[in-house]
Amino acid sequence: MSATALPKIREETPFRRFLHDYAQSKLAVLGLVVVIVIALLALLAPWIAPQNPYDLAQLDIMDGRLPPGAQSMGGMTYWLGTDDQGRDMLSGILYGLRISLGVGLGSAIIAGIVGSALGLIAAYAGGWAETVIMRLVDLQLSFPAILVALMILAFLGKGVGNVMLALVIVEWARYARTARAAALVERRREYVEAAECLALPRWRVLFRHMLPNCLPPLIVIGTIQVARAITLEATLSFLGLGVPITEPSLGLLIANGYQYMLSGKYWISFYPGIALLVTIMAINLVGDQLRDVLNPRLRR
Amino acid sequence: MRGWQAAVAGLGFSLAALPVHAQSLTMGLSAAPTSADPHYHTFTPNNSLVAHVFETLVDTDAHARLIPGLAESWKLIDDETWEFKLRKGVKFQNGDAFTGEDVAYTLDRVPRVLNSPGSFSVYTKAVVGVEIVDPTTVRLKTRGIYPLLSNDLAQVFIIPKSLGPNPATEDFNSGKNAVGTGPYRMTAYRPGDRAELALYDGYWGTKPHWKNVTVRMVPNDAARTAGLLSGDLDFIEFVPTADATKLRGNKAVHLEEGDSLRFVYLMLDRSRGAGPTPFITGPNGETLTTNPLNDQRVRLALSLAINRPALVERVMEGAARATGQFLAPGSVGYTPDLPPPPYDPAKAKALLAEAGFPNGFRITLHGPNDRYVNDAKIVQAIGQMWSRIGVQTNVDAMTWTTFVSRANKQEFSAYLLAWGISSGEASNPLRSLVHTYDPKLGWGAVNRARYSNPEVDALVAKAMATADDGKREQVLIEAQRKVFADVALIPLHIQKNIWGMRAGLTYEPRADEESLAMFVKPAK
Amino acid sequence: MIAWLLRRLVQAAFVVLAMTVIVFIGVNVIGNPVDILISPEADQAERLRIIANLGLDQPLWRQYLHFLVGLLHGDLGRSFVFNEPALRLIGQRMPATMELAVTAVLLSIVIGIPLGLYAGLYPDGAAGRSIMAGSILGFSLPSFWVGLMLIMVFAVQLGWLPSTGRGATRELFGVQWSFLTIDGLRHMAMPALNLALGNIALVLRLTRAGVRENLPMDYVKFARAKGLSPARVVFVHVMKNILIPIVTVIGLEFGSVIAFAVVTESVFAWPGMGKLIIDSINVLDRPVIVAYLMVIVLLFIAINLIVDLLYTVLDPRVRLESQE
Repeated sequence: MSATALPKIREETPFRRFLHDYAQSKLAVLGLVVVIVIALLALLAPWIAPQNPYDLAQLDIMDGRLPPGAQSMGGMTYWLGTDDQGRDMLSGILYGLRISLGVGLGSAIIAGIVGSALGLIAAYAGGWAETVIMRLVDLQLSFPAILVALMILAFLGKGVGNVMLALVIVEWARYARTARAAALVERRREYVEAAECLALPRWRVLFRHMLPNCLPPLIVIGTIQVARAITLEATLSFLGLGVPITEPSLGLLIANGYQYMLSGKYWISFYPGIALLVTIMAINLVGDQLRDVLNPRLRR
Repeated sequence: MRGWQAAVAGLGFSLAALPVHAQSLTMGLSAAPTSADPHYHTFTPNNSLVAHVFETLVDTDAHARLIPGLAESWKLIDDETWEFKLRKGVKFQNGDAFTGEDVAYTLDRVPRVLNSPGSFSVYTKAVVGVEIVDPTTVRLKTRGIYPLLSNDLAQVFIIPKSLGPNPATEDFNSGKNAVGTGPYRMTAYRPGDRAELALYDGYWGTKPHWKNVTVRMVPNDAARTAGLLSGDLDFIEFVPTADATKLRGNKAVHLEEGDSLRFVYLMLDRSRGAGPTPFITGPNGETLTTNPLNDQRVRLALSLAINRPALVERVMEGAARATGQFLAPGSVGYTPDLPPPPYDPAKAKALLAEAGFPNGFRITLHGPNDRYVNDAKIVQAIGQMWSRIGVQTNVDAMTWTTFVSRANKQEFSAYLLAWGISSGEASNPLRSLVHTYDPKLGWGAVNRARYSNPEVDALVAKAMATADDGKREQVLIEAQRKVFADVALIPLHIQKNIWGMRAGLTYEPRADEESLAMFVKPAK
Repeated sequence: MIAWLLRRLVQAAFVVLAMTVIVFIGVNVIGNPVDILISPEADQAERLRIIANLGLDQPLWRQYLHFLVGLLHGDLGRSFVFNEPALRLIGQRMPATMELAVTAVLLSIVIGIPLGLYAGLYPDGAAGRSIMAGSILGFSLPSFWVGLMLIMVFAVQLGWLPSTGRGATRELFGVQWSFLTIDGLRHMAMPALNLALGNIALVLRLTRAGVRENLPMDYVKFARAKGLSPARVVFVHVMKNILIPIVTVIGLEFGSVIAFAVVTESVFAWPGMGKLIIDSINVLDRPVIVAYLMVIVLLFIAINLIVDLLYTVLDPRVRLESQE
């Protein structure tokens, strides 16, 4: 465009450096591509799926449990077979991805933001704020995640929103505790003292200086939490408390196929399982690389 | 190391070679009994376990027909008095002889079990007086004519008088009070886990084949099937329908299947008089002022829209019998001219139009998802079928806990339920499911829809006052014709029970769903 | 120190009380235990008798008060279903769950830390990368599905291990344990592995992350410059630093392992207290639900206390006083 850009030495912004560092791992790039593809598939499911698996009128039990590649009575091909209701597995997986991904990512992000912020505040502010927050954390962690989620869903009833709410309630405390643990160590480091000596505003010290240093454990936890949220959702569905049966998530598709594993109808839970596995592994690959890249102390 | 390898090799072979175990049997039950006290809880898994240890005056055979048990015979002396002739030479496992005293003692104890969540007094309350004529003759007085006393007593296990006043439930669980006349002693009981049984040498009847029986509670369907396939379990009940097809073709495994007494049906809300029902709206979601289910044509349309053979074949995988009435053929009160309603979507549509719903309506069909065999799948499949006649169906399946509480409060419009007909004859479902709700009488107890039809009520009352078995059956048949012509509820199917066992064993399928080690026998 | 402990205990008591209130209200919201327990054929008089017997005819606050009075006498009530003291029921099931959970945690440490160390020290090697990829698999699969796969492969296909149940037990300190018999161990292998799978991955990843984070630090360089052997640097100096998050997480995870045993126990028909709680929720057996949750909460509080104490041992920079 202009002559001054000729030497192609771009100013190094943190974001460019981040991109550059991220691209160091081919696997992580692949992971990112897969995540993007899966996200697109999930978003576009209503337009690309051969069937609306949530519309009972489009299903026929006479097409139930057909193996992959079978033809429906209406002449449609079920590439990945059908489940017991005659639901096209491919469509079911595409729609299921929407729910599983939405529930998993959504709850992990909300819980991460809420939890980390509270954890940092607790570590930095100390005093009554810390007592209140950490007692809440203790209260939360006193209840096993699966049981709290079970109880909440038992009170509230099934539904995507309720599952997300339950997962956030269950997971925020983990971030808070981890953030606080990391921040307690960080707080005693010289740079915090230096920042305090400079009389920088407290929130600035907290979120600009301490937060980046506390991120590595939080990202490790966060990465695992996305997977865990999806798994937990699957488990809740398995126990009959997750999403409604007429709108299955990947977890519920697997749970539905669970009872057919021993009778050789592997595809009902196998393909959703693969979809789940690929999704989670891709997210984790991205998360892994993010952790390496975002960790200031590894940046040498 | 070699020992380990040998063990591995031996296990590998156990499937193929199927060595004859030294007369011990391991059974996998689908639900855990709540107690080893035979009078604590009217619950099939409890009966199934304690029936090994205790016996009843009147026994039932595999088809739920009454046969002599501890009583050799019984008869009506007058309208209100039954005489039971007791079996001689029967000894309890503690050595006491069985006499009429024990019968009186048992009948006295049944209503006084502390904290019983489901008292057996429903089976003894008809008895108002006990007269011990001699050690082997007992006369029981009933309040008014009560033709079903022998059916009721088939549920009441006899315990020995020597247990003393007010035997505690805990002492049955610990084994101290687990003293019956049955073929097995209970040597260990771990709630929710297992019970160990050992042959009782002094048993009066035919000695069972197995010396030792381990009863394991394996509520998880897949785990139960896997346990059978891996040889850990010799015998399992409630083979999941999903596995049945595959297991039927497996040479190492033998299945036994038979009609049960479990009647699966849809209940249609009638509890709100002329007012609207909560889960039905117009075809575009508009509120209705009336309940379409009050119209017999609508109820019939919903019934005709259901493809029962498809349900049985596709959803139940053959483990059910499509039905148009409460009981399977061969039972008391079976009505030969009530076939399963035909699948006729065209007629269903016409009926809906006739009833003023040419564009159908919207409905939510509720059901449990953890209670009955394939419950959640059945409601989804029916949702498909109803949608095809223009009734836009939303399906909501939930855990039994939530479901039953809401159903009991009449919160639903159409919902799936099943009823185990414990007496094996038609008066039981007529009284419980479709008789007008009458808490005082104890009738219509599970008539959650609050269906009420004076003609049906009158016939039920007439049947219960008819002492003659043949005449009573005719009245029951007449009542059923009325019930199903009016579509008081929508009958779907009668479950079949499937037992799985390693090849070389047999079991006569029992309508009452019980899994009894004494009837598991090596094939000849 | 003593004051700190006392304070924590008082807080714990409040937590337990808050929990019982929530559960009392919650169970009431779900439904009526009588609807589920009672024989549907029972008449109205029978129904009322049972409701009164279980104390469910009283207003909720009075039921709660009654519960508190019992609690002061060490009585957590009797199970609605089994008519046995709730604590006894839980006590009968606890050893089975405990030995499963402890084995799972041990497995995750024994497998997770060495693999994590290796992957952290050689992050770019083929083995290191494979370990990381494997760890992702480890927590990607829903545990009930993994459980069934294990049963399919090892019990049904290969016939190596028994599919379900607890197997033979032997008594020690008046309690029945599986880990003392060969048969018991064989029964425990699959459920313990199933339960450990997610945690192996977690410990492995935390260890690796810690190693990667600490290796470039100055103290490691100093230690190396001092001429300490590489092994000593890794196993003493680095280890000491990375143990903090690992101990935190293992401590916290131990509780959730016990809770997650709910799923594993149902798949493998393992007669622990996780199965008891699922059954109890299904039949709204409130005394057992409350007692179970109290036991779990107390356990968690104890674990958190121990974790906090270990903190001070492992990292002198964090002192207990900082919590006040």
